Amino acid sequence: MSAKSQRVLPGFGLALGYTLVYLSLLILLPLGGMILKASELGFGQILDIALGERSLAAFRVTFVSSLLAASINAFFGLIVAWILVRYSFPGKRFVDALVDLPFALPTAVAGITLATLYAGNGWLGQYLEPLGVKVAYTPLGIIVALTFITLPFVVRTLQPVIEDIETEVEEAAASLGASRWQTFVKAIFPAIGPALLTGFALAFARALGEFGSVIFIAGNLPLISEIVPLLIISKLEQYDVLGATALAVVMLAISFVLLLVINALQWWAANRHKNSEPLEVAAGKTKAGAA
Amino acid sequence: MTHFRKSIATVLLSLVAGAALADATLLNASYDVARDVYKDYNPMFQKHWKANAGESVELKQSHGGSTKQVRAVADGLEADVVTMNQANDIEFLAEKGLVAKDWAKKFPNNASPYTSAMVFIVRKGNPKALKDWADLAAPGVQVIMPHPKNTGNGRNTYLSAWAWALKQPGGSDKTAQEFVGKLLKNAPLFAAGGRDATTTFMQRGMGDALITFESEAEMIAKEFGKGNFEVVYPSLTMQTEFPVAVVEKVVDKKGTRKQATAYLEYLWSKEGQENAAQNYLRPRDAELLKKYAAFFPPVKTFTVDEVFGGANKAFATHFKDGGTFDQIYVAK
Amino acid sequence: MSSNKLTRATQEPAWVRYTLLTVGLGFLFFFLGLPLVAVFVEALAQGLPIYLEALKESETRSAIWLTIVIALAVLPFNILFGVAAAWAIAKFEFKGKSLLITLIDLPFAVSPVVAGLIFILMFGSQGYFGGLLAAKDVKIIFAVPGMILATLFITFPFIARELIPLMQSQGKDEEEAAISLGASGWQMFWRVTLPNIKWGLLYGVILSNARAMGEFGAVSVVSGHIRGETNTLPLHVEILYNEYNAIGAFAAASVLALLALVTLVAKTIVEWRMKAETDMLNAELPGEKT
Repeated sequence: MSAKSQRVLPGFGLALGYTLVYLSLLILLPLGGMILKASELGFGQILDIALGERSLAAFRVTFVSSLLAASINAFFGLIVAWILVRYSFPGKRFVDALVDLPFALPTAVAGITLATLYAGNGWLGQYLEPLGVKVAYTPLGIIVALTFITLPFVVRTLQPVIEDIETEVEEAAASLGASRWQTFVKAIFPAIGPALLTGFALAFARALGEFGSVIFIAGNLPLISEIVPLLIISKLEQYDVLGATALAVVMLAISFVLLLVINALQWWAANRHKNSEPLEVAAGKTKAGAA
Repeated sequence: MTHFRKSIATVLLSLVAGAALADATLLNASYDVARDVYKDYNPMFQKHWKANAGESVELKQSHGGSTKQVRAVADGLEADVVTMNQANDIEFLAEKGLVAKDWAKKFPNNASPYTSAMVFIVRKGNPKALKDWADLAAPGVQVIMPHPKNTGNGRNTYLSAWAWALKQPGGSDKTAQEFVGKLLKNAPLFAAGGRDATTTFMQRGMGDALITFESEAEMIAKEFGKGNFEVVYPSLTMQTEFPVAVVEKVVDKKGTRKQATAYLEYLWSKEGQENAAQNYLRPRDAELLKKYAAFFPPVKTFTVDEVFGGANKAFATHFKDGGTFDQIYVAK
Repeated sequence: MSSNKLTRATQEPAWVRYTLLTVGLGFLFFFLGLPLVAVFVEALAQGLPIYLEALKESETRSAIWLTIVIALAVLPFNILFGVAAAWAIAKFEFKGKSLLITLIDLPFAVSPVVAGLIFILMFGSQGYFGGLLAAKDVKIIFAVPGMILATLFITFPFIARELIPLMQSQGKDEEEAAISLGASGWQMFWRVTLPNIKWGLLYGVILSNARAMGEFGAVSVVSGHIRGETNTLPLHVEILYNEYNAIGAFAAASVLALLALVTLVAKTIVEWRMKAETDMLNAELPGEKT
């Protein structure tokens, strides 16, 4: 069937061709140039730079906080996207409008503002610090900054997909006797799952590279709250462009592998959903439960 | 709408290089807080040059982190002159062949038209009685400074503390490193830059002392009010230089050597020196230094050349990967 | 009874709805609302006149225009690429698709500073094409073309990534039907595909637009920071902040926030008009599903 539909729909060659050419010119060529530059150092030296105690600590801080920030956004982003599409409440349009703002605000402004909010005398910090929760100038601050910076991704990838779910599907599930929770788990979630994973992947990727906001709230203490992009800047401050590209290439390689895994997972989820025809499963399960 | 057109024009102009309306156009690539100095200086020079050479000269400014700026110049930013706050940045350009090898001798005073000094900013009334570097390393004191490895401000702080410890009775590199290590333990964070350190200290109320340039103190007063802090001069501190140089490659290409050299020379004129003093930077001119003595209390200073054998050497020993800063944090 | 059952399964119980609303809005309040309020509080710390005065500065205004020019310049490239990539990826099966998607995502994972650096490595005077460009006296970096390139890199994935999951979930039945009914490729695209993806496309445009205007790191590396010439608004914000002009800095930042809102106002207007259109259609064709 897929072979037939490939013939039916036009534009595959043109679309893919353009995609590949543009991708190659704008992304692959410059990144290839960077890898070429870094390769002047040799594999051993690149490893030495990447496996230093400070670098390893920075890699750990960067990946762990990015993962946590993306997870926080996946959870809350799903809720936010859902209420923005399905519920009505006063000021909804305004709230909807606000979601994109973390992108528009220069990252440095975000970092400065968050540090001010969460510092010991800040609007939030003054209540958190007596509870023993220090956010500004700790690794926790990094997570807060990354959560802010990547907040739009999950919400904005989910919104059009949720809007697209036809209520007929839900109604059909309901008429077959499914409870709301069953409808959600068996019919809605499989439909939005791939988009949720996409949003998660994008948030995660973006968090890995973020620099501008983090340095203002992280505290930047070696081994504790230094992120990889800061080490790259540190190399550049030493006029060490080679060292900087080496770190960037290692970072790129790890990010690439992680994103590939997430995307493969996403594709697998999407296809599974397509093949398993969730409605019947949902209905079948309920019947089985009743019997 | 005019701005929109101007932006479009900029886009087009930038494709066609070298369009200029004045007799000559100079681009001054400078460190990030140099604006106040050159905002007043540029019109002065334009007047001076019109009167003496009969030429109008357009002056453009580029501001950014000192090292970032010289890297941009090395990568093709066509600045006629560089006016920086770290000598090793100009050394870098000299190594790349963009600036004369003997740049420091092309102008008086090590090619630095004015100086400043590293000082402590403490809370009103100096509640912890912080007088000298030793007090900052005492237990229970919190010190706010920018990242010593990544910012010029932080490096100056680090080297000042090091030099002070070195000059104490029985001082050696070993005791100095121990002392600086103790001092750094008192830093709850390393700020992103000089300005960020100030915000952290003044606005967010963190720390007992902030270490910064003497000239920043007045900027802080402007933003946060004069009565909210005190300036403390330690027994020994670094005289920070602000070296300038002509970018040979660019002025040869653009034919602006004459104007560029005059632009920098004029920094040593009475007017240029007075402008520096009014911006709280210590002028080289002894008379003016006396005239503005209220701004500039006497302080015992050292230069990087005296204690560390040059900016490049100091940088390599302390701030390159594996240098003393890294040794303090990473055992191996 | 059956309608009661239907609501039960198509709507959450009230307590769930209120919990979700509270959690969702609470999250937005703490992570989004408060920081934004703080930006405006800082910008207006000395009152509205000083705020407006800060925006009148000619360097600030030229930075605003340059920011808009760059955002507009990257838009057509991003739309064209986004739609083409999403069409190929979502509607067709081919080998290496996950790899292609991952490559599209990659610019996000590249630190903005590195994104700027790679263009310096290419076009800088010490870079791979530096000699060639110098010989032809063409300026790319430290000029507007370089800033556009860096912005294109940074905003590369947005529209494609917004459209792919949407087009994927829509499937290809409608397009196949159009083609089998004799529509040409373009007719199918304008009449079927575009109306289906318009919201996703709009979200993508708004996101990439916001990001293009707010980008600091990458643009900063290739800009050269010439005041009044190659300073975008985010770069100008940094300069003002470093110069102890916090009001000016936060005022400029608030302008960026407002610029992002402009695109959203546009979206609302489009939405409203489309709704009016469909309502009209509904009135004309009673019983038809829209």
